[in-house]
Amino acid sequence: MLNYVIRRIAIALPTLLILIIISFLLMHAAPGGPFTSERPLPPQVLANIEAKYGLDLPIWQQMVNYTWGILTEFDFGPSFRYKDRTVNEIIEQGFPITLTYGFLSFIVAVVVGLSLGVIAAIRQNSWIDYIAVGITIGAQVLPNFVMAPLLVITFTLWLGWLPGGGWSGGEWQYLVMPVIALSTSYMASIARITRSSMLEVLNTNFIRTAKAKGLPYRTIILRHALKPAMLPVISYLGPAFVGMITGSVVIDIYFSTGGMGYFFVNSATNRDYSVMMGITILFGALTILFNLVVDLLYAWIDPKIRY
Amino acid sequence: MFPGEKKVEAMAEHLSTLDEVKGRSLWGDARRRFMLNRAAITSLGILVIIVLFSLLGAHFSDWSNEEIDWAILGMVAEKGQPSLESGHFFGADEMGRDLYARVVQGTQISLMVGVVGAMIAVIVGTLYGAISGYVGGRTDQVMMRIVDILMSIPYMFVLILLLVVFGRSIIMLFIGIGLISWLDMSRIVRGQTLALKNKEFVEAARSIGVPGSRIILRHIIPNLLGVVVVYATLLVPNMILTESFISFLGLGVQEPNTSWGALISEGAGTIQYGVEWQLLFPLAFFVVSLFCFYFIGDGLRDALDPKDR
Repeated sequence: MLNYVIRRIAIALPTLLILIIISFLLMHAAPGGPFTSERPLPPQVLANIEAKYGLDLPIWQQMVNYTWGILTEFDFGPSFRYKDRTVNEIIEQGFPITLTYGFLSFIVAVVVGLSLGVIAAIRQNSWIDYIAVGITIGAQVLPNFVMAPLLVITFTLWLGWLPGGGWSGGEWQYLVMPVIALSTSYMASIARITRSSMLEVLNTNFIRTAKAKGLPYRTIILRHALKPAMLPVISYLGPAFVGMITGSVVIDIYFSTGGMGYFFVNSATNRDYSVMMGITILFGALTILFNLVVDLLYAWIDPKIRY
Repeated sequence: MFPGEKKVEAMAEHLSTLDEVKGRSLWGDARRRFMLNRAAITSLGILVIIVLFSLLGAHFSDWSNEEIDWAILGMVAEKGQPSLESGHFFGADEMGRDLYARVVQGTQISLMVGVVGAMIAVIVGTLYGAISGYVGGRTDQVMMRIVDILMSIPYMFVLILLLVVFGRSIIMLFIGIGLISWLDMSRIVRGQTLALKNKEFVEAARSIGVPGSRIILRHIIPNLLGVVVVYATLLVPNMILTESFISFLGLGVQEPNTSWGALISEGAGTIQYGVEWQLLFPLAFFVVSLFCFYFIGDGLRDALDPKDR
């Protein structure tokens, strides 16, 4: 097991490095430097500024410095557009917000999805199963950017129950719609996967044995069926996590929650490359970390996997 | 001419030629099963109507997608409702442009992105996966490790980075989407190839000295076609989703071009002014088409799944 953990980490690190290098090279391929503006600066001034940001060094040196700064000091450098702010400050401002509703959405998607899937499988072909299957099919075509305006139409414009956007320190009224919009499609996928794998597990011999020896149904489900049925769900958590991180951009834009997505799209329209890179790398690192955790969890739960 | 239709025709032709080579049973069987699947057939019908709408819809309207109806500009909420008399079948947007014409155009672009993205994925993913699986050994390890690494990168951010750095154009969008869309496909194809490459017919081909490249193209890939077709149908809605996502953020297609995502985004931004039709018409097209693609994909999977037989 320890061997596997080490090997798995040995894959994660190069992935992160590749991500950093790709973003860095992309940024350098961009036409025009960060200080190209309508009114060209005098060459001496430009040279001074470039020296200040280390842009006069050869490209590989810049790349090494940048990567080193991120890996050792968690330093993403200055923003090229907002002269008074560093990328780190932007992350400090936006990340807690993204984390709050992202974490809630993830919990909601997993808990509701799992319960719905298990109940649907236990009561196969009952009305609750049909409702669950209906929801999972419907939610496939309701991604976050479709859910968000539909929710606003319903709860803000028609019913007037919830504010149409904003953050306000994370009060619950401001959290409801972002969390629903972000979690629905993943909740549905988790429910679908749980249902089908649970149905499969319930038809196996060891469950029949458990039933035959008269164990209470609760025990059969919770102690024997749930664990093997969870395996496909666990391997789906990685893609779901990526999807939610990506989806948070839509949430931030549409609900004006002020998280990282807002800064990302803003920097994309402003061509503020260092902010874009910083956010891409941060989210990439989170994804890689999360995938690592999921893989280790999988290896720990599934007794069939031997490393 | 809309490229998607040509491709479907080409695929249909390809399938029918395969019929003769491989004997009637497999694909004939699949077609019969598919025909019996009512949801899939209905979806196919609706999808054909949507494709026809995107191709011919422009002829039925007096308005083009760029023309501004000055008579209603500024009072779109009162006068821009969907109506047959004014000629704005789907109403007008807040710039006074005809929404019907815009939806026709958005449908064209979204479907095109979906089909082209899926096509790139099919070609690159199938070749990559088949080569990786067939060659095996160290090559396979390295090739699949590359896929693993690319898959664990949040591609949407890299894609947006790419679009910003190299300028936003439909071509760049195709390249960007094409860069990531083939990953899943290559994995699936590799798995299938591993199962196929030890079959007797491949061994027979190898024993009479057929070169590896020829075995892959003539013996492995035709046998993968079922899986590839099913997965390609499911890829189309995914590509449409990706494009719509980027366009929703305002980073995808640019004016005067539009797509479902861009239209939904515009509609979502103006709902508080009482112009719900701006959101609901594009949304309906988006949702219905995605449903159709999923049902057709499911239908094809049921029809072609060897486990089911």
